Amino acid sequence: MASVEERQFRVEPFPGGTPGNQRLVEEGRLPEYAVVGTRPIRHDGTDKVTGRARYGADIKLSGLLQGYVLRSPHAHARIVSIDTSKAAAVPGVHAVCTNADLPSASHRAGDLGEGVVDWYHLNQNVLANDKVLYTGHAVAAVAADSVHVAEEAAKLIEVEYEVLPPVLDVREARSADAPVLNDDVRTDRQPVGEQGDTPTNVAKHFHYEKGDVDTAFAAAELVVEREFTTETVHQGYIEPHTATALWSPDGKITIWTSTQGSFMIRMQVAELLNVPSSKVKVVPMEIGGGFGGKIAVYLQPVAAVLSRMSGRPVKLNMDRSNVFDATGPTPGSYMKVKIGVDADGMITAGEAELLFEAGAFPGSPINPGCMCVFACYDVPNGRIDGYDICVNKPRSNAYRAPGSTHVALATETIVDEICEAQGICPVEFRLKNAVKEGDERVDGVTYPPVGMWETIKAVELSDHWQSPLEGPHQGRGIASGFWFNFGGNSVVAATVNEDGTVSLIEGSTDIGGTRASISMQLAEILGIAAEDVTPTVVDTDSIGYTDVTGGSRTTHATGLAAIKAAEDIQAQLRQRAAILWDVDAEQVEYDSGATLTGPDGQSIGFQEIAGKLNQTGGPVVGRGSVNADKHGGAFGTHIADVEVDPDTGKVQVIRYTVVQDVGTAIHPSYVEGQMQGGAAQGIGWAINEEYYYGDDGRLHNASFLDYRIPTCYDLPDIETIIVEVPNPGHPFGVRGVGEVPIVPPPAAIANAIYQATGARLRSLPMSPPKVLHELLAADQ
Amino acid sequence: MPRVHIPAPARDLTGGEVDVEVEASSVRRLIGALDSRFPGFADRVLEEGELKPGLRVAIDGHISPMGVLARLETDSQVHFLAAIGGG
Repeated sequence: MASVEERQFRVEPFPGGTPGNQRLVEEGRLPEYAVVGTRPIRHDGTDKVTGRARYGADIKLSGLLQGYVLRSPHAHARIVSIDTSKAAAVPGVHAVCTNADLPSASHRAGDLGEGVVDWYHLNQNVLANDKVLYTGHAVAAVAADSVHVAEEAAKLIEVEYEVLPPVLDVREARSADAPVLNDDVRTDRQPVGEQGDTPTNVAKHFHYEKGDVDTAFAAAELVVEREFTTETVHQGYIEPHTATALWSPDGKITIWTSTQGSFMIRMQVAELLNVPSSKVKVVPMEIGGGFGGKIAVYLQPVAAVLSRMSGRPVKLNMDRSNVFDATGPTPGSYMKVKIGVDADGMITAGEAELLFEAGAFPGSPINPGCMCVFACYDVPNGRIDGYDICVNKPRSNAYRAPGSTHVALATETIVDEICEAQGICPVEFRLKNAVKEGDERVDGVTYPPVGMWETIKAVELSDHWQSPLEGPHQGRGIASGFWFNFGGNSVVAATVNEDGTVSLIEGSTDIGGTRASISMQLAEILGIAAEDVTPTVVDTDSIGYTDVTGGSRTTHATGLAAIKAAEDIQAQLRQRAAILWDVDAEQVEYDSGATLTGPDGQSIGFQEIAGKLNQTGGPVVGRGSVNADKHGGAFGTHIADVEVDPDTGKVQVIRYTVVQDVGTAIHPSYVEGQMQGGAAQGIGWAINEEYYYGDDGRLHNASFLDYRIPTCYDLPDIETIIVEVPNPGHPFGVRGVGEVPIVPPPAAIANAIYQATGARLRSLPMSPPKVLHELLAADQ
Repeated sequence: MPRVHIPAPARDLTGGEVDVEVEASSVRRLIGALDSRFPGFADRVLEEGELKPGLRVAIDGHISPMGVLARLETDSQVHFLAAIGGG
């Protein structure tokens, strides 16, 4: 087989898309599927556009009480006492709870599939006990006849605080004289290291090393070392957190909630409330965005406790300020990164020191940050140190490709500097250094077949890259990024109906169109139309354990389960046809046109045999259960054109193209939507978004008026180029697509700003004041 | 023989060795063999006979869902990694 450099590619419109939707096509290779790669209307579309879809806040139950959570006004304080008696005496109040109403928790690690949680810390985060560690930390909760009564009663709860100095910056928090947030935290050296023995804010220290780093830097032709900072940012999902709980007298707890993983909620609630998981049923409602922020519990166990205390169902909703104050952002960071190259522009060495905010409790995405920082390039010698550091901010949580966006800002900006210094085109540099199959990351893992090189080739061939900029103060930048993706557990059950349709049930909550992508994979195997499959997301009592919708795993892993279910149906239908024809099942073929054929020329279609199930043995239910492990990583390379206002420092993105290796696009519209959505969030992170704290640790911009996510006025129509390097770990070649598109935007925009203005921005967000400061500094 | 990549923080146990070949048919046996050669290795990776919470084993570049029960081939490449949570 020819090397990738010798093969011929072209960029062309992706069939069925808008003019900005394109794909990279390799000469001689064309798609070969009937359903996969088409664009059917999503199964849940009508409910969504008519407003009939039911979200968590829509739940209404007989006797429903409304709850209100009292939150800390201090960023760091010891709780001396809590007196709830006045609140409990308010007419209309049915229950008041504090941490004392939760079962006690111990320092045990809970494995949530993708990540790990310390149950004691989660208990403390749900309702503070000894200390409050950030403004907005939940302290107590009230259930009453109305939310207004609950709120007024909560104001009567008397909490005596001993206010302590907050620490908000990772470098300060790491210092020996910093206030320590958690007396129980020790530095855990990872992976496979030992634990420290003194209280500290540095919860984890990751260390990776490969080759002879110092010698390689000493021999390098050029070494560039720079420092970078990023601010705390929020996922910005439109739907706030919500939970309604009913603790039945028989001990059964039912929770209706907005979540990315109903089984994750079940596990956390069961553990925190010390009940068997089989006693907890979680009903996942439609979800108005999550992006990683709707995996951990906040309200669910509190609503359940209030329900137990009151004997009534209880609903808790957050408002927007609660969401900003108290739910997981992605961390701010400090990074120092160094890259060395030889005279030919080949990377010879890399070194990184990364400090990520954990927030109040350990758990920042520092490890993936470490593993992603040099992931796009073949770096023969590397050393990476990463630190997970507690600060007085909300406990950080996952956000699309957690940690990778931070480090891409550093690496990709330095790469741009190297290209300029050596006079190399940034596309050529990346083509020369891009990782390929068999290359080893600094953490030691070797890549399977990946499409990093192909994404850069697509950039080179794109109309965007080949078109000149058209005005003053404009610049163009590119940047690449990586995300691992994930596999995990998924279950699908599919019932053949008598009219030849299939009802599919799954446990993966649908955030990005996965009802369609799962149904299409089942339909492809069975040879039926995607519209003939009816998918339903069901509760935790109705399907087998399914991991979170996150990690870009669902179309891959739940898709694999759907394929298995379809193959199970095929096998059962062959047996039914064999009964009809009085032959052995092994003599029956199931062809791609959904027709079964027998040894003597017999033939019957899917719809016809579906009508004969009862007379041949009863209903046919196919089932698929997987724990997928060959998910394949994803790479993306973005092109950003910006125009910078020299008088105000405002950065306007005027053209933007996302190029991404998706393996195989099951439903291209949803793949393009993920690419565009991820890029839009990355653009917001790049130029606008930041948590703004006062010195007292209070968040000053806890609303969408002051925390500015991009609107349609801030974004051009984002163009997409789908690259399809099939993942050998999936029959159709699927890779996850949802996360990597958020990774390159800040670096691509920083590089574009530099080309437009000559100012290098190494601090996010690149907001007008910061850009203007750099422009004025450059003038002076 | 399967080849194990020793994470940097554990190289104090291996005298700096980075890649080690170990005769083993499963991850559990591999950890046992490593502990025989490099005493203390098992304590770093196991808790009550299972991989410590948050620790994963990757075989040939793919994180195995089977942990210590995962089977190894003669040419398997094994890595011990911290869990990675996505969004």
